[in-house]
Amino acid sequence: MSHDTSHTKRIWFVFFLLLIITVVEVAVGIVKPTFMAAHAFLGLKLLNWFFIILTLVKAYYIVYAFMHMENENKFFRRLLVISIIFYVSYIMFIFLLEGSALHDSFMGGSAKFYHMSKDF
Amino acid sequence: MSTVASTADKTTWEGGSRPFNLSYGKMMMWFFILSDALTFSGFLAAYGLMRFKFIDSWPIAEEVFTHVPFTHSPQPLLYVAFMTFILIFSSVTMVLAVDAGHHMKKNKVVLYMLLTIVGGLIFVGSQAWEWKTFIHGSHGALETRSGNILQFVDETGKPVNIHSFAIGESERIADTRDKGVWFSEDAHAIPSINVANVTDGFKANSKLRIKTENIIDGHKEILSHAASLEKIKQAVGVVEGANMIHNEYGKPLFANFFFFITGFHGFHVFSGIVINIIIFFNVVLGTYEKRGHYEMVEKVGLYWHFVDLVWVFVFTFFYLV
Repeated sequence: MSHDTSHTKRIWFVFFLLLIITVVEVAVGIVKPTFMAAHAFLGLKLLNWFFIILTLVKAYYIVYAFMHMENENKFFRRLLVISIIFYVSYIMFIFLLEGSALHDSFMGGSAKFYHMSKDF
Repeated sequence: MSTVASTADKTTWEGGSRPFNLSYGKMMMWFFILSDALTFSGFLAAYGLMRFKFIDSWPIAEEVFTHVPFTHSPQPLLYVAFMTFILIFSSVTMVLAVDAGHHMKKNKVVLYMLLTIVGGLIFVGSQAWEWKTFIHGSHGALETRSGNILQFVDETGKPVNIHSFAIGESERIADTRDKGVWFSEDAHAIPSINVANVTDGFKANSKLRIKTENIIDGHKEILSHAASLEKIKQAVGVVEGANMIHNEYGKPLFANFFFFITGFHGFHVFSGIVINIIIFFNVVLGTYEKRGHYEMVEKVGLYWHFVDLVWVFVFTFFYLV
């Protein structure tokens, strides 16, 4: 299984891309610009959206470029990527939903998630 | 190709064909990676759930992870950023090794695999150092009866070590085994100062403030000196460092998750290093030259990249978000 062309150029390109993204992430994580920390979208701070989106970009490049997923068979790619995306999306959704319910009941009072009486 | 019904069915079902054009070993490695990814997703989701429950009092990562080896000035997240860079770099050398393997360049494979192993060892060593620093603690804190942590800062908000202002020492005598029949060693080292020492020192120094666990506007709440004096009456013990029971940074749950998830990941890195070393020796011995392909290097590379991938997510959710 040998390739005709060397992929070193792409590899170094991806490395520098990952490096720059990491540096930006850490810098923003330390500085925490007030604009991003104050505003939220769909229940997540803009700051956290920034980190999560950049992390997904890094994950894409690691899987597709470094793990050579982009060279794999189309159906095999979909087999793995779609499975994990479905699973993780659902888990994140349900855990955040339940987490906020736990938080509300922990903070003492909101029964709206479970419609329970407070006679515990 | 894949599951397309056609006249090629005979050969597909009679064996000897390669579904998805992949070798058995590579496909199995991908499937293993998928299952391991599910495991780590489960852990991170559990972390998210628990953190959400305590979202108003969870420790702030930049305040906890500030130590850099061989320096004494705290730099938030700097060392963790360095660790991320090391792991990404070792990923790059790994993929370069795989690439060299495709061109059957044995010497290059040797060089790049060696660099990958070194990078992995640096990462594991760094993680061990992070654990040690975390367990040892930085500034110490007081714990109230309900388990809340009270840390100390000066009027500029800079953290202050409790030993630096405590007056006196606790008069606890450490007994030795020969002094009694029922002797047991302390599970964790007991701090050398007690609540009274810290309280006396606090009262004597009007510049100090208490930093509670509560988060207001993204920062931890800092009480005035007067309010702190009221708060300090609730303290029942001194906490130094972090373990499974006490945590000077905040909830013990934070320490538990930190140890569990970074420990699991560190174990994966360690096993990846061991496997890399084995394959490295095989490369040096010429096993793959004889075989005619370096696919083993590629499979091991997949595992190593997976380890890097998990770290990217752990790094984001533990230290950044």
